[in-house]
Amino acid sequence: MAKAAESSGEPGTTSPRPLMRDLKAVGKKFMHVLYPRKSNTLLRDWDLWGPLILCVTLALMLQRSSVDSEKDGGPQFAEVFVIVWFGAVTITLNSKLLGGNISFFQSLCVLGYCILPLTVAMLVCRLVLLAEQGPINFMVRLFVVIVMFTWSIVASTAFLADSQPPNRKALAIYPVFLFYFVISWMILTFTPQ
Amino acid sequence: MAAVGDLQFEEFGNAAATAAENPGATTISIEGPGESPAHQAGLPRGSGGEEDDELLGNDDSDKTELLAGQKKSSPFWTFEYYQTFFDVDTYQVFDRIKGSLLPIPGKNFVRLYIRSNPDLYGPFWICATLVFAIAISGNLSNFLIHLGEKTYHYVPEFRKVSIAATIIYAYAWLVPLALWGFLMWRNSKVMNIVSYSFLEIVCVYGYSLFIYIPTAVLWIIPQKAVRWILVMIALGVSGSVLAMTFWPAVREDNRRIALATIVTIVLLHTLLSVGCLVWSHSCDLPVCLRYKC
Repeated sequence: MAKAAESSGEPGTTSPRPLMRDLKAVGKKFMHVLYPRKSNTLLRDWDLWGPLILCVTLALMLQRSSVDSEKDGGPQFAEVFVIVWFGAVTITLNSKLLGGNISFFQSLCVLGYCILPLTVAMLVCRLVLLAEQGPINFMVRLFVVIVMFTWSIVASTAFLADSQPPNRKALAIYPVFLFYFVISWMILTFTPQ
Repeated sequence: MAAVGDLQFEEFGNAAATAAENPGATTISIEGPGESPAHQAGLPRGSGGEEDDELLGNDDSDKTELLAGQKKSSPFWTFEYYQTFFDVDTYQVFDRIKGSLLPIPGKNFVRLYIRSNPDLYGPFWICATLVFAIAISGNLSNFLIHLGEKTYHYVPEFRKVSIAATIIYAYAWLVPLALWGFLMWRNSKVMNIVSYSFLEIVCVYGYSLFIYIPTAVLWIIPQKAVRWILVMIALGVSGSVLAMTFWPAVREDNRRIALATIVTIVLLHTLLSVGCLVWSHSCDLPVCLRYKC
């Protein structure tokens, strides 16, 4: 992982342990995703811890609490994992084949971090589902998922669009749209037993 | 012609002397008897050494057809080789999609849109979108059918995505492979004017599947009549694109074989479309209320 060197010998400060440092880096990137601006932080200091945490959280939340969850046809933990990582790798390969000048891991990092809004949507949906089921419940969830989906797309486009050749931007962004659409669909159709 | 002669002077060392004297004659003499026009067009460009060997050696037309002429000069284990299959701009992809939606008799899809530049972007992402469109629309239509029934428990039927993906990607790669093999075999028996490379066939098949994406979305409408009309329209459009593309390639052959080829192509296409759509929307039985279909 790329990190800036920290000065450890400064008087009056204790050097933070590596774990805190990593957590701070991850947290900083979360902030960058939530308030997307055209900045290079996500690209320069890429790391894959954030995407891993988000992916595991999302996969865990998409599990059902019932015993016969296998028969229900909902996504298993491994399936969500595979979709997220396989999807991100495919999109990265696609953008590199189209002539983008972003590195493999930088792209994985951006795509993984931009799942954050959808993870928040999943959290909200699970909370909303504790209330009474019905059309209003569904409309609330639909609204939240749509807003977070748009947020994810805007965030990832802000980071990725510049690295593509100008006449192929739409070709590189469309798979990102499809990827987040599928994840949003999985979140929206989640029903607990 | 002087420019052609100059370039040949640079590239073909020993032939340079005769090339300088009479460029036209040298051009003809270097070419072998069975050369396609693509090679003559390729000479003035003259980029990599590999192409020169190919043109001078002019051994198997298979190799040149697979490489589709002038631009692929990297070996197949490098990343640049695969980048040449993604060498399309946004407007080109849109043009190709438009061409697959509006089949005009007499206008060959391959010649018009692809000939210079088959791409893998279109086929791959159209198939991916189609897989998810079929799975999601099947899901939605089952949900709408059972809306309001208190005993119905909605299940996302995630398995359908994997099955749909296998079927569609297998169709998009294996059928062009078989067709390409068949056309190559016929080419060795009957001299056809038009022949397609494997990538061009994959490209045509990929883009011809585009019409099924809106069809799959519209299949959410639960009326049987509407659904079958939509399938007929989609089949008509994409079937005619395929038929008009491959008719010139089998035209010179035995009449029966030519017709049988076209009929088989359209039949396989029908099988895919009707099969996928019906399978993904088939959940009318009461047993589906509790378990996945």
